[in-house]
Amino acid sequence: MADVIRDQVEAIYRNDSRRVLATLIRLLDDFDRAEEAMHEAFAAALGAWARDGLPGNPRAWLVSTARFKSIDAERRRARFDAALPEVTAQLHPESATSGDDDEVADDQLRLIFTCCHPALSLDAQVALTLREVCGLTTEEIAHAFLTPAPTIAQRIVRAKQKIRTARIPYQVPTRDELPTRLDAVLQVIYLVFNEGYLASSGSALTRHDFSAEAIRLGRLLLELLHEPEIEGLLALMLLHEARRVTRSSDDGELILLDMQDRSRWDQRLIAEGSELVQHALRSRRFGPYTLQAAIAAVHADAQTASETDWTQIVGLYDVLLRVDESPVIALNRAVAMAMRDGPAAGLLAIDALMLDGTLRDYQLAHAARADLLRRMDRRAEARAAYHAALALTRQDSMRRFLQRRIDEVDGGT
Amino acid sequence: MKYLCLIYDQESTLNAMSESEGSAFMGEYDTFTQNLIASGKMLGGQELSPVSTATTVRIRNGVLSTTDGPFAETKEQLGGFYLVDAVDLNEAIQIASRIPSARIGSIEVRPIMVRG
Repeated sequence: MADVIRDQVEAIYRNDSRRVLATLIRLLDDFDRAEEAMHEAFAAALGAWARDGLPGNPRAWLVSTARFKSIDAERRRARFDAALPEVTAQLHPESATSGDDDEVADDQLRLIFTCCHPALSLDAQVALTLREVCGLTTEEIAHAFLTPAPTIAQRIVRAKQKIRTARIPYQVPTRDELPTRLDAVLQVIYLVFNEGYLASSGSALTRHDFSAEAIRLGRLLLELLHEPEIEGLLALMLLHEARRVTRSSDDGELILLDMQDRSRWDQRLIAEGSELVQHALRSRRFGPYTLQAAIAAVHADAQTASETDWTQIVGLYDVLLRVDESPVIALNRAVAMAMRDGPAAGLLAIDALMLDGTLRDYQLAHAARADLLRRMDRRAEARAAYHAALALTRQDSMRRFLQRRIDEVDGGT
Repeated sequence: MKYLCLIYDQESTLNAMSESEGSAFMGEYDTFTQNLIASGKMLGGQELSPVSTATTVRIRNGVLSTTDGPFAETKEQLGGFYLVDAVDLNEAIQIASRIPSARIGSIEVRPIMVRG
């Protein structure tokens, strides 16, 4: 019996602990107290449920138990500390949470928007989101970001301090604030995804867990809030994820899009991603994530690399540039142009972009130039450009890829 | 909850304004201040004289030193402040975003320390 209850409590912890926490932070107005109280409630559940059986609504049971435990702890603390008059106010709180689904959803949104509040540094937003919304441990976050655990722990402590001291409210943004606040949330989710997908340095090309976590977050957010750009971001992640296994060979070497084995792309993810893109585009309120997803969907749609609809891709980049005038997007457009109109046209566009210097330290700009020069058989220039890219690249598999290209150019094959 | 909104401007930008631009800008400040007072959220505020009139005081090893400045290694200088009463940081950010200098300089929003 005790084992059965233990399994049930563990399952509820896995599925519901983040929702319980989100509600407790609202009720107790403090991240640390909420977390402490939640763990006490789960510990209490083991005994109480073994004795009395599983309650009808375990989540509501956990919330109210955690709440009473916290109030009780405050009361005991207050007995020793007469300087806490506000505690008495909390002893008779208005009716406990009803636990209805709308309220639970709102609490989850409050938690997400608070963790991704733009008054916190981006690093802190990411760490806090993974810790509080996804329930990862500090060690897991540290490991994924190749950062010492105490650094992550301190980042989280500081963020919680700022939330408390500067009084960052535990609220879903108003309609006016929503666009910019949502951007911050999407940025955090995409950063987590890319950390898993690209692994900015080190030997692992993909760190699958983080991408899966980001996709889970995207799905959750879309469930809670129907905004086209959330669909766009989720689609973008799914369409990348669909190609994951074909992005590197068995021995960890990088395989570019045109050489990937398309028969191994995950058609289920592609179908889901493409449908989300279509839906987001129809809303006419889409933004850069939807447009990037649309480009990924065009790639996914081509049976072979040579069947890629480059005209449509260049067109989508044109729209994207109007939304986001970033040099990196302009570079991607130039590469797509090279595919549509030939390497000479692409090279001209890239060289024009590099004139003002903003892309000088961007490895992919040099790699793209090198690739076009190689295709035009301008070997000495290609070689120099590959070396420029190599000097800027930290990731091992990318370095080996560039080295292979240099060898090819040198060997004249 | 009290927040201090510290206004940082580039004095060179302000000095480069034509007379009409300058008086329009000050007019915006007047309107902002009047609205803030009317909303009951203004607790105080002052405009500061230029940084060229500033003196920095420090005591090191028991010896008083006074120096001219601070000197402008930093591009933006503290030009004034508002002390406001806001429900939370989101409201303080809303108020700060309406300070005219937010468009050309920056506003640092600092919660006033609550002890105990």
